[in-house]
Amino acid sequence: MLLDLAPLSRPYGPVPKPLVRKRPVQVWQGIGQARVSEKASETDWAALLVAVRDRQDKAAFAALFQHFAPRVKGFLMKSGTEAGLAEECAQEVMATLWTKAQLYDPARASVATWVFTIARNRRIDIARKARRPEPEALDWGPDSEPDQADLYETAQETARLTAALSDLPEKQRALIQRAFYGDLSHSEIAAETGLPLGTIKSRIRLALDRLRQTMT
Amino acid sequence: MNIRHHLSDPLLIAYAAGNLPEAFGLVAATHISMCDDCRARLGAFEAVGGALVEAESVALSAGCLEATLARLGMPETTKPLAKRSNLPAPLADYIGGDLAAVKWKPLGMGVRQAILPTGSGASARLLHIPAGQAVPDHGHRGTELTLVLRGAFRDATDRFGPGDLEIASEDLEHTPVAEAGEDCICLAATDAPLRFKALLPRLLQPLFRI
Repeated sequence: MLLDLAPLSRPYGPVPKPLVRKRPVQVWQGIGQARVSEKASETDWAALLVAVRDRQDKAAFAALFQHFAPRVKGFLMKSGTEAGLAEECAQEVMATLWTKAQLYDPARASVATWVFTIARNRRIDIARKARRPEPEALDWGPDSEPDQADLYETAQETARLTAALSDLPEKQRALIQRAFYGDLSHSEIAAETGLPLGTIKSRIRLALDRLRQTMT
Repeated sequence: MNIRHHLSDPLLIAYAAGNLPEAFGLVAATHISMCDDCRARLGAFEAVGGALVEAESVALSAGCLEATLARLGMPETTKPLAKRSNLPAPLADYIGGDLAAVKWKPLGMGVRQAILPTGSGASARLLHIPAGQAVPDHGHRGTELTLVLRGAFRDATDRFGPGDLEIASEDLEHTPVAEAGEDCICLAATDAPLRFKALLPRLLQPLFRI
């Protein structure tokens, strides 16, 4: 009887915030050594990259490489890069992921998104030897460890976005692809993507608000 | 900062895709540095790029992983960021310091400009317009982006204050006027030469590279 009562102790009160682990990274320790299944989800990729970031875990890096390097190669080939160069760049992109892992924060971007930004910058370097002006970096500080809820949220968003992308009418999806492969100039890009980007935007906006509060 | 005029979705998508001319990229990066809304929108568009990376996969040749493992460098450590300038970092990088470091050239009527070195496709410049002064009436052949850094200006469309970005397309003929009280400093970029209505500015155009 006593056991039954416990969940009823606050039946209608505010839903308690899930316990936040200060260092959720611990939860995943050793995963780099584990065999990563084909269907590893975004939370797993984030955990592997955090293992690279915090412990220079080479097994975790290898698992990330197996998944992302062929995708970076595919992306660069779609962007008009010849296969040999695309493969070389994919290696460079993954090597950059290793050296710059300190900059990765799983609460603000999925691994795929982060890999995309590295690949994009590499593509600009090859294509026109031009600089890419980057927005001012923000000092997120040492206490910006993400909690599991944030990780889960990012994973959900990624899944939703991927699904929405494949649900788009072929013509519209092709336009988005061409924009991201660098085939369309800004004046040729349509204003509407038809993708549900609101939640991603709000989550990042919220994180920025929190950061600004700690800065002032 | 109360920013009311933002980057458009097409500009942000092109920036996220890495497909803006460098001068436009500089304006975009500077605006995003001042505007958390656009920084969040950029993050959302970059997530679309992430989803596209996930979607395509092309097999690698044998030994690719081993070759990469062999070349892994030392992981970089992050340093605390130091505020080096009274301007957003991307712009400070191009100027090589803050506003005091700008090498202004007179354009007439008290208006001054400084061309910033960027790659082909579009050009970027800083404009210093005395309070109350108008920039000569002009139209555009392409797109002109004007980002307010200090002060404010008005034209037929609206008022633009610090952080606001005006996106002027081909069909906009406008005469921006700096608001009274404070000189207006803007970062402007065009992907085609401006078209001045009056003869004199038109004659001076090749001289000033505007």
